[in-house]
Amino acid sequence: MQVRLNGELREIPDGTTVSGLLVHLGVKAPRVAVEVNETVVTKDRYEAHRLGPGDSIEIVAFVGGG
Amino acid sequence: MADGWSIGKHAFTSRLLVGTGKYPDFPTMQRALVASGAEVVTVAVRRLDLSKKGAESLLEWIPKGMKLLPNTAACFTADEAIRTARLGRELEMGDLVKLEVIGDRRTLFPDVEGLVEASRVLAKEGFTVLPYTNDDPVTAKKLEDAGCAAVMPLGAPIGSGLGIRNPYNLRIIMETVKIPVLVDAGVGTASDAALAMELGAVAVLMNTAIAEAKDPVLMAEAMRAGVEAGRKAFLAGRIPMKLHAAASSPMTGLIGT
Repeated sequence: MQVRLNGELREIPDGTTVSGLLVHLGVKAPRVAVEVNETVVTKDRYEAHRLGPGDSIEIVAFVGGG
Repeated sequence: MADGWSIGKHAFTSRLLVGTGKYPDFPTMQRALVASGAEVVTVAVRRLDLSKKGAESLLEWIPKGMKLLPNTAACFTADEAIRTARLGRELEMGDLVKLEVIGDRRTLFPDVEGLVEASRVLAKEGFTVLPYTNDDPVTAKKLEDAGCAAVMPLGAPIGSGLGIRNPYNLRIIMETVKIPVLVDAGVGTASDAALAMELGAVAVLMNTAIAEAKDPVLMAEAMRAGVEAGRKAFLAGRIPMKLHAAASSPMTGLIGT
């Protein structure tokens, strides 16, 4: 299925969960926050939250700033 | 001399808050953060670069025990700022947010309408909201009424180094609101930081003035000293300004009279 990940269209397997996506991307979960369709998915829901076709996903981290 | 201060439920000793952007490298940033004596450091929330696996994380270079203050820098609408604040909370697992809603790219002046709107929403959600705002007392009052835990008027535009451009408005803001007033942005050098504190600010927040100094670590030390000197001068109570001289030595008992 196709999703929009950090602004770019990507193919990911059907039924991928948020935690599955992070593993697939090689991203360390404690370092990031995830938003799906403009709503934050809290860490305790990564396993349960299944992504759907067309979902818009943002994966963010802290960077230097003022 | 114990001289602590607090925002919401958070208590601090240092009155200098510093940013983590624009440093030449992480080791310099780390040394400057330590030299500043700051207890609070600001950080930005950005998309993870998925093409750079294993890139160095900023967090590894922030000294342990420093409190992170996520910002909503570069958000141009209340909605963007609200979403970014929620993501920042999820990352930091805290309730503090430095709220920015920017209205203009060239000056980075705040969009005060969007700022008040976002403040109201986030305060209701339990955030401790620290809004970066104009040096406008009316807006400061609106932000207080919206539930902000502090207000952070600018000294001058972000990164400009122009110093405290409107000390009188800052004083009026301090008279107008009951919540703590922090001066955020515009500081160029240590005397600017001292001036902000002499006016009665509870603290000063800065980034560029330290990060882009020729020697960021030495400038961090200077800013720390400037903030401390300004705070002490404020507490000590400066003399009123007079147009004419008032002699420091006796005018009587002079020889040859």
